[in-house]
Amino acid sequence: MDEPSTDVIQGTLDLLILKTLSLEPMHGFGIARRIEQISRGVFKVNPGSLLTAFQRLERAGWLDAEWRRTDNSRRAKYYSLTRAGRKQFEVEAAHWTRRVSAVARLLKAET
Amino acid sequence: MSIWRQLTHGLRVLTHRTAADQEVDDEVRDYFEQATAELVARGLPPDEARRAARLELGTMAIVSEDVRSYGWENVVGTALADLRYGARRLRAAPGFTAMTILTLAIGIGGTTAIFSAVNPILFAPLPYPHASRVATILELRNDGGRSGGTFGMYRELAERNRSFDAIAVFKPWQPTATGMEQPERFDGQRVSAGYFQILGVSPIAGRDFLPSDDRFHGPNVVVLSDALWRRRFDADPTILGREMTLEGNPYTVIGVMPRGFENVLAPSASLWAPLQYDPSLPAQGKEWGHHLRTIGRLRPGVSLEQATREIDGLGRAVLNERHPETYDPNTRFTVTSLQDELTRGVRSPLVAILGAVTLVLVIACVNVTNLLLARGVQRRGEFALRAALGAGRGRLVRQLLTESLLLAAMGGVVGIAVAMSGVHTLVALSPPGLPRVGAIRIDATVFVFGLGITTLIGLAFGVIPALQASHDDPQHHLQHASQRTAGGHRRTRSALVVAEVALALILLVSSGLLLRSLDRLFSVPMGFDSSHLLTMQVQESGHRYDEDSARYRFFEQALEAVRRVPGVMAAGTTSQMALSGDRDEYGARFEASGALPAETYGVFRYAVSPGYIETMRIPVRRGRLLDERDNAGAPPVALISESLANSRFHGGDPIGQRLHVGGFANAPPFTIVGVVGDVKQMSLAMTESDAVYITTTQWHFADTVMTLVVRARRDAAALAPAVRQAIWSADKDQPVVRVATMDDLVTASAAERRFALILFEAFAIAALVLAAAGIYGVLAGSVAERTREIGVRAALGASRADIVALVVREGMRLTGLGVAIGLAGAAVASQAIVAMLFGVSRLDPVTYLGVIALLAGVSAAACWVPAWRAARVDPAITLRAE
Repeated sequence: MDEPSTDVIQGTLDLLILKTLSLEPMHGFGIARRIEQISRGVFKVNPGSLLTAFQRLERAGWLDAEWRRTDNSRRAKYYSLTRAGRKQFEVEAAHWTRRVSAVARLLKAET
Repeated sequence: MSIWRQLTHGLRVLTHRTAADQEVDDEVRDYFEQATAELVARGLPPDEARRAARLELGTMAIVSEDVRSYGWENVVGTALADLRYGARRLRAAPGFTAMTILTLAIGIGGTTAIFSAVNPILFAPLPYPHASRVATILELRNDGGRSGGTFGMYRELAERNRSFDAIAVFKPWQPTATGMEQPERFDGQRVSAGYFQILGVSPIAGRDFLPSDDRFHGPNVVVLSDALWRRRFDADPTILGREMTLEGNPYTVIGVMPRGFENVLAPSASLWAPLQYDPSLPAQGKEWGHHLRTIGRLRPGVSLEQATREIDGLGRAVLNERHPETYDPNTRFTVTSLQDELTRGVRSPLVAILGAVTLVLVIACVNVTNLLLARGVQRRGEFALRAALGAGRGRLVRQLLTESLLLAAMGGVVGIAVAMSGVHTLVALSPPGLPRVGAIRIDATVFVFGLGITTLIGLAFGVIPALQASHDDPQHHLQHASQRTAGGHRRTRSALVVAEVALALILLVSSGLLLRSLDRLFSVPMGFDSSHLLTMQVQESGHRYDEDSARYRFFEQALEAVRRVPGVMAAGTTSQMALSGDRDEYGARFEASGALPAETYGVFRYAVSPGYIETMRIPVRRGRLLDERDNAGAPPVALISESLANSRFHGGDPIGQRLHVGGFANAPPFTIVGVVGDVKQMSLAMTESDAVYITTTQWHFADTVMTLVVRARRDAAALAPAVRQAIWSADKDQPVVRVATMDDLVTASAAERRFALILFEAFAIAALVLAAAGIYGVLAGSVAERTREIGVRAALGASRADIVALVVREGMRLTGLGVAIGLAGAAVASQAIVAMLFGVSRLDPVTYLGVIALLAGVSAAACWVPAWRAARVDPAITLRAE
């Protein structure tokens, strides 16, 4: 059984992956680092969840995967957004913004 | 969400498991290496960096495992693994597997085959649109007789009723076609114009009958079945409008019925002509045969009850108006659904047979459960080990269910094969009275049924051992790898064996009762000597025989010729033949004599040649027989049957009394000149035997169809070709049909009982074998488990006889318990076959005792092998083994 909070995290993780990949194709570790850096360490990405999320998003048709050479000539699996993935990102981003601002308004009203 | 990607990715993982796993591993390793490299770049020494990465990210193997466990294919993968493992375990125990599959195949195959036969007859709707609205109208007489209606009543009802869209009447018709390579007699029907509309089927080519076709002296038109059109006319597309000669008259083909048209009211009918009833014939009354049948299509929304209410009122009013002198106020009319009417006689035997085969299925399942339980005991160690290694209870139960479903599936596959051959046998054995035999086949419904019971069985017998295994404490079994004590599972297995014996007893008793019934039936006196008798039907057709005298002459000449055939002792002809399915009844009205008022009896009417009674060896009770002098010019005389003489004259002398047969106005009465013994006309089980015999030439008209009876010196069947040639020497264009020895007819007359008996016997034997196998299995298991105990007993001085007695006692205790329960069950269950019993009570003690003795004998035999094995246990070896 999944824990109740997983949903939120999962949803967020997907969104973060989609956002990161909307800039450029990237491999798993790069995505994790980017998320950590840009969130200034607020989000620590667990590789198990991250790689599983890739599987899920790939099967959903939002990501494509490809083995490629990295800059320092290693082989790594690169992920890129598909057209459907781009659309999905916009939908999820809008969705997220709406929820966040709603929560923010609620919090303001409380104080 | 892309289902396509889900599917292809999942399938790729399933088919290329290693490559897929490798890819995940590669990606994870790459991830870790990059993390480590980054830490190194920050200045940590490589070892340190690797440890830090592991601390931060976790173990690589677990991450890989996490990623791999995503996806639907993992569920399938586990199931496949279970299946592979299960299949390996089953292969490792071929004896057990074969036994189980065979047992299941018997159960599933038998049940599926019977279901395939019963489904179209009892459960599936008739093959017509809105079939539930097709109904029959019946007249129920006060004496319990049922009749399908008369033409006059049909006309009145068709005009006045409000319950039906349409009503039609029909009768069988067996025209002879000439003008082709050889004369052929067809089965057909004469139907009133609405017949096909009521069934809701119309010709695929040409047209249906119109009301204008269906009038006396109307046009000679005929509609063909698809089969006849293909067989006799090579599917000629220009058939419409062509003529064929039937009964010497040209008939125009106006239609061909569709290929799939199933005529349940006369399955063998291949052509139809309009009824064209002669309205001048007396339409009503007891004296005129009720030889028509009536069907109708109910208006939408009208129930059978409503229709019955209306038709009963109308029908009785009509009788009262038209025939006040014969009107019996106790007469009733009823509207029955066609399906109920068709299955009236076969419903209860079929349900009983279905019940019997279900019992076999249950016994098979019980047996398999027993086998699985015994196997579960052997596999305790294996499951304990798996549990100790971390397999959850759910995982073990799933494994067991997978195995039992696998077994059930294999049993199901073999079972369907059994069912397919079983269906052929069933159809071949099926009695002539069984409706819709043509619809019996393994179709989608039957297949789904077979699949359904297979799955149910797989789950049902998988659950018990699975539950038992899941309740076990693995620790206990790891410690006690060898079984030394008898556990609680033995009680379950014993209970199952008791159930098996009880169920087998029920089946054995039922088939025993049927067997004794058939035995009794065949020992019923038929009223004539059936040995060395050959019978065949001879028909005259064509305009050559329009004159009665020509008919008489043909039959006389044919009879003369037959009598001259070497090997023929005697020969005669009759208008209806005993036990052949003929039924020709008339009203016989005795004139008042002395204190007895005039009275009418329903009798079988036999128009016979002189010498017929002698050929059949029907005994003479009083008076004389008919001879050559009783011809057309002589005073009309009749013989009556003993039963009729008794019911009319109560022991008084009937000779010289007079009676009228049939409602023929102005016909002189017949004088009774003799009394002969009773003959079984309709079936051996029926007691109706009131009969009147009159010579053919003195009867009111010349019958066109006669049955020839020949008594042979030796083998009756061997005479058939010579006799046929003799008939053809009188006229080679006359068809000779239904050639059969009397012994064949007697056997065929009990076809339904024999059919039920064969099935019950097969089921009972299967049940007996399964029950014996069950007893053997439990005892063998128990002896194996109690080896140590037996060894100790032997060491303490028990003799071999003691030990044999110990085992046999255990087996017989189970048998005894099963028999006791089964007796109660059989006493109740035999109610289901009461209708099929004849001459034996359903509690017939001989049958019950015989069955008990049989079961006791078989189970003693089943006990013997384990007992013998137990007696050979060497105490020294057993005790040392500990």
